[in-house]
Amino acid sequence: MSDNKKNKKEWPLFEVFVRSKNGLEHRHFGSLHAADAEMALENARDVYTRRNEGVSIWVVEAKNIKASNPDENGEMFEPASDKVYRHPTFYDLPDEVKHM
Amino acid sequence: MSEKEVKNLEEIFEAKIARDEKIEPKDWMPEKYRKTHIRQMSQHAHSEIVGMLPEGNWITRAPSLRRKVALLAKVQDEAGHGLYLYSATETLGISRDEMFEQLHSGKAKYSSIFNYPTITWADIGAIGWLVDGAAIINQVPLCNTSFGPYARAMVRVCKEESFHQRQGYEIMLTLCNGTEEQKQMAQDALNRWWWPSLMMLGPTDDASTHTEQSMKWKLKRKTNDELRQQFIDQTVPQADILGITVPDEDLKWNEETGHYDFGKIDWDEFWQVVKGHGPCNKERMQTRVNAWENGQWVRDAAMAHADKQADKKVKQAV
Ligand SMILES: [Fe+2]
Ligand SMILES: [Fe+2]
Repeated sequence: MSDNKKNKKEWPLFEVFVRSKNGLEHRHFGSLHAADAEMALENARDVYTRRNEGVSIWVVEAKNIKASNPDENGEMFEPASDKVYRHPTFYDLPDEVKHM
Repeated sequence: MSEKEVKNLEEIFEAKIARDEKIEPKDWMPEKYRKTHIRQMSQHAHSEIVGMLPEGNWITRAPSLRRKVALLAKVQDEAGHGLYLYSATETLGISRDEMFEQLHSGKAKYSSIFNYPTITWADIGAIGWLVDGAAIINQVPLCNTSFGPYARAMVRVCKEESFHQRQGYEIMLTLCNGTEEQKQMAQDALNRWWWPSLMMLGPTDDASTHTEQSMKWKLKRKTNDELRQQFIDQTVPQADILGITVPDEDLKWNEETGHYDFGKIDWDEFWQVVKGHGPCNKERMQTRVNAWENGQWVRDAAMAHADKQADKKVKQAV
């Protein structure tokens, strides 16, 4: 294999999500490098669930995640902050009204 | 960005940390914060990885199956710690390969304690008890550090460390309850690991350059000297239970301060080892570099296989 050098590329990065037990959502646990998704799953088991921390694992190549940009948090999230009428406390009811 | 704008951002940033808010990878951060974290976190990761070597030395020679599975699990945990920390560091924009390159070229440091040899089985006990013990003292405050990925990694690490220390102490306890020769072996290990363990908590406060900034960023909550005192205060009674003697003639309980007074640490030795002149610096790095280079063909083959499989899928889809 004379083109060995050319091959030298870093294994891609995968993000790892683990469901701790049924009834809970998958949660981001961390990341790892692997040659492919299959290997990423196996490595995720060894790196992140050595003590029964999970019953289900998702891996996704990091480059496939589109993330929001914190510098644009204003445009992104502020529209929700002046909509107090989305919360129950916005509505004035007399104290006599129970169970509401 | 103008200088004034940067200054403004820095103030907002520092205030955020002071309010105990976390910094996440894509948030704006001062360049110095990024650099300091890359340095500290990668050094921490390197220490976990190189730390496997002295203990790995005894896996095949552990005295029983019980000891062997425990040691194997501990060393595997240390690999895991290294991996959590490397991936947390990568979120700051440095690649894994770059970090390896820095370690292998000697540009990056790792904890100098791992440059001491493990010559008897008792050393494995002493490492778990003292070295993991000192590591826990260093690491627990980091669970609340300001950089989110570092703090989260440390929570996982700390959960796993207590088994490490307990398995080490149990080894010491068994030796100390054994034959005279076994007890001597335990004493000898304590003699050799005690002072390097104290050094592990870092240079004295007056010689430590980073403390003030590190406190602000919550990379540190207590000073090196405070951590060292805490380590001594909790470890000496554990040595008493083992019935072995801490190799320090000046060690004495001080009724007034409520702490142990202790003797002078040989900082020349510490700096010698940091600079590469410890008993095993060369051997450790050689082993690391060999493992990396001899594994290159495996990484390449796995990548070639993955590419081939991906090609196949594309062709089938067409
Ligand atoms: Fe560790
Ligand atoms: Fe450990």
